[in-house]
Formats: sequence, C-alpha cells, structure tokens
Amino acid sequence: MRKFKEFIIEKLVLLCGFASIIFVGLIFLFLLREGLALFKTAGPFNFLFGKNWYPISEPAQLGILPLILGSLLVTVGAAVISIPIGVGCAIYIAEIAPIKIKEMLKAGIELLAAIPSVVLGFIGMVTLVPLVKNIFHLPTGLTALSGSIMLAFMAMPTIVSVAEDALYSVPKNYKEGAFALGATHWQTIWRVELPAASSGILAAIMLGIGRVIGETMAVMMITGNAAVIPHSILAPVRTLTATIAAEMGEAVVGSEHYFALFAIGIALFVISFAINVTADLFLHRDE
Amino acid sequence: MLKKGLLVAITLLCAATAFAAKDKDSIQVKGSDTMVNLSQSWAEKYTEENPGNFVAVTGGGSGTGISALISGTCDIANASRTIKEKEIALAKQRGTDPYEIKVGLDGLAVVVNPHNPVSKLTTQQLADIFTGRVTNWKELGGEDRKIVVLSREVNSGTHVYFKEHVLRKSDPNGKEEFSSGALLLSSSQAIADEVAGNSDAIGYYGMGYTSAKQKSIAVAKDERSEYVIPAIENVLNGKYPISRPLFVYTNGSPTGSVKKFVDFILSKEGQDIVTATDFVPVKK
Repeated sequence: MRKFKEFIIEKLVLLCGFASIIFVGLIFLFLLREGLALFKTAGPFNFLFGKNWYPISEPAQLGILPLILGSLLVTVGAAVISIPIGVGCAIYIAEIAPIKIKEMLKAGIELLAAIPSVVLGFIGMVTLVPLVKNIFHLPTGLTALSGSIMLAFMAMPTIVSVAEDALYSVPKNYKEGAFALGATHWQTIWRVELPAASSGILAAIMLGIGRVIGETMAVMMITGNAAVIPHSILAPVRTLTATIAAEMGEAVVGSEHYFALFAIGIALFVISFAINVTADLFLHRDE
Repeated sequence: MLKKGLLVAITLLCAATAFAAKDKDSIQVKGSDTMVNLSQSWAEKYTEENPGNFVAVTGGGSGTGISALISGTCDIANASRTIKEKEIALAKQRGTDPYEIKVGLDGLAVVVNPHNPVSKLTTQQLADIFTGRVTNWKELGGEDRKIVVLSREVNSGTHVYFKEHVLRKSDPNGKEEFSSGALLLSSSQAIADEVAGNSDAIGYYGMGYTSAKQKSIAVAKDERSEYVIPAIENVLNGKYPISRPLFVYTNGSPTGSVKKFVDFILSKEGQDIVTATDFVPVKK
C-alpha cells in the first residue's frame, strides 16, 4: 500500500514536470493548425513582406511587414533605453551599494515589476504622450518612442534582477585577486567582473527583450496603431501584439482575417522563442 | 460515503436550478460601442420597471456583438451597421438566424480641436483627409500644420460605416481605404480625448460623444450644398449627410424575455431614452 502511494505521487509529480512542455506543445500545434490555414488562400511571401494591412477589405490585404517593423522598432528603442540603465543598476546593486540601499533598491525593482502593463499604458497616455508631443514638436505624441520608453520600464526589472544574480555569482576570489594586483574598484568591475558575468548579463538582456516584444496592452494604448512602415522612432507604429488584441474580437471565426491573426501569433511565437533560446544558450555557454 | 454522495447530488441539483433560473431571466446584450450608453440606459430603466429581470450590457464593437450572437454567447447584438453577407452565411452555418430590428438613428460627428480655424468641410474633402490625399490643414483653409487622422479600430461599426459611406461614397465597388498613417484608437472616448488635447487632430464618432472640448465640423454633400452641423433635427430631416441607422439583432424573431425587452426599446419610453442619449428615435 505504501509503495503504491509512493508510485502514484511519483507519477503525479512527473506529470506536473512535463505539464508545461505539453502545454507549450499543444499551444504551438493549435497555433500552427489555425495559422497555417491562411496559406491556403494567401502566399507566405505576401504575408510576411506585404506592405498593406487592410484585413476587412474586399479583397483583404494581409501584409504584416509594417507590423513586424513596428514591433522591432519599439523593441529596439526599449532595449537602447533599458539595457544601459538596467545593467548599470545591477552593477550598483551587486557591487557598490551598501546593504541598506541594496535592500531598498531590490524592493523597488520588484514593485516596478508588479505594476500591471495597462496601468503603465494609462500613465504613459496621460503624462508621457503629451510630453513627447511638446518636446519634439510632433503632430501627435502617440509614437514608437512613447511605447519604447514605457516598455523600457517593463523590461528593467527582468534585466536588473537576472544581471544582478549573474554579477553576484562571480567568485569572490576574482575580485580579491584584482584588488591585490592594485586595480581600482571601477577597473575591477569593468575588466574582471563584467567579462566574468557576461553570459548571465546577455541572458538578462535577452529575457528583458523577450518581455518587451510580447507586451500588448501598453503599446496598444500609446503607439497610435497606424499600420504604416515607420521611418523614424517619432512616428506612430502598430505592433504585432496590438494587432491581435485589437482585432481578435471582430474576426469572424474561420475567416481569412481570423487565420491571419493566428499566423501573426506564429510569427510572434517564433520571434520570442528564438530570443529565449538565445538567452538560454548564453546562460549555459560556460557549461 | 452515501452521505457524501447525497450531498454532492444536492449541491449539483441546486447549482443546476440556480443556473437555469439565471438563464431564464437574464438577457445578455453585446456589441456596438456607440450604443453602449444607450443600451445601458434601456437596461437600467427596464430592470427598474421589471424587477428580477436582469440585463447585462457590454461593448466591444458591432463585429464583436454579431460574432457573439453567432456563437451563442449573447441574446441581443447591438450594431451600428447592417450585418454583412459573410456573417449571415456563417450564422446559417452555425444554426443561428440573425433577425434585424431598427431601433434608432445616429449622426456621425466629424470633430476637430476648438482651436482649429477649420469649421466646415464637404464630404469630398473628408474623403481626401481620411484617405491621406490631403495631409496639411492649409489646403483646407487652416494653418500650415500636418493633419493627424484619427480612426476607430477595424472592429468598430463606426469605422466600417465611415469607410463605406464617406471614403467610398456608398459605392459598393469602391477601393478607397483609410490612410495607412491614420492612428487607430480603440474607443470613441480615446478619440474624443486625443482631439481635445491635439489641435491638429481630426476624428469621427457618434454625435453623442461630442462635448465642449471638441468642435463638430459642419458637413455638406458638395460645395453647392448647405453646410450642416450634426444635430438631432438635421439627422431627422435628412439634411446631415453622415447619419446611419442603429440596429439590434436577435436570434430569430424575439421571444420571451428578449421580446419583452425589444418591445420596451421600441415603446415611447424606450424611444425617449434614445433622444435623451443624443441619438435620433425611429418612432415618435
């Protein structure tokens, strides 16, 4: 009886262990099934590189190039803002800050991670959007830049906490060795600790970017959602995620539009999967 | 063991009856954002007069409402456009039979910021602005500034109506599209807010949303016609060129509590609410 109980529990735990993989697999299969149905009626080339997104016209024009570029522009913008600040913050927390400030900062960053994206979007809409409009004398503040700034806030907690862990796990004797050779604190950080933690920091950046590209609500609220190929970061853009969120309610189940939204889902899945795998490769590079 | 089984059975039975009771008296209404406030007012008045009958109203857009009616997740779909051929075909396929009831009229207001000197436009000029052929206010007698075009998302009946009747001038073979540079906002309120804060913006929505923070443009069919502002009397006498019917759709001709609610909408009381929420009644 006891052995039987043991057996059951073991199998249950095993099932839990595999559950997430099974779910990912099922989700991907479902996405594929619904998304690939689009390519019966539309060519993959026209879908990926078409310049017009008019999903409800007759005939519909389903080109997602402006959406892909919109997503990439917002993501690159957010990365440029969040990486230096995030990594700098991680260095300060891991290496320089006294214990009290360290605790305070860590709590603050966790708090930042806890703000729902719709709240960030709302705050951005009311404060950041008019600010961007006035500073750059733009016709509208609903731009890729506004989205990038808001998303940088969202990527920062991930980048800081993972990068801080990476810096923290650099063996103490590296640091002591550098000091013994007469290096200053900054020289130690720059020449010894950062290179030693580089794989972890790269992984942190990748995870942060992964979070940004999948973000929906905030970008939908503050990037203007114009499906046009962006020529500057001060222009409105429409992202892949916002397109799915804004249009899924309307799309009639089984229509071309519906399949196209799932195909966008596949594109997004592939992009974030690639980012996560890259992050993982960096993390385990040393092993 | 027996006791436990009995308990489960009783709980299930209770749950089932509770569910059935809820199903019978509650009406789910979903659809057009334009009609949400109107529909909510109907629901409140109706529930007040018929205690125990519950009406739940949600928005999301005309397309959302009709999809929900087709998939059976609502009893009444509000729509600010007529149902599409495609949707009817799909409904037939799913075994639903959309039944159309006209419940009011709406004038679409084209709005700009009060600081904008432009105050009247022809429908041709509107088409030029929203398709992106005209991009500067100075071409329309305004200042030398870029026009910021605001539109609703594609799930909006207002978006579809504006495209078909202003951009394409009701030509079913029209190919005109909204300029790809148009900002697509997710609600009428978002457009109202952006217009209120941006002196270069132009947008459109049901005239019920207009407040002192926006200026309604007077619209003429062509240069020789009279420029008319969106107001109830101008929609009623047909002078205002951009007005549209508002519908509710039910599955088959309405029966039971849904019929009672629809009858209430079409009663004098229901139509008074239409007027009170800045729409135009179908019956007087």
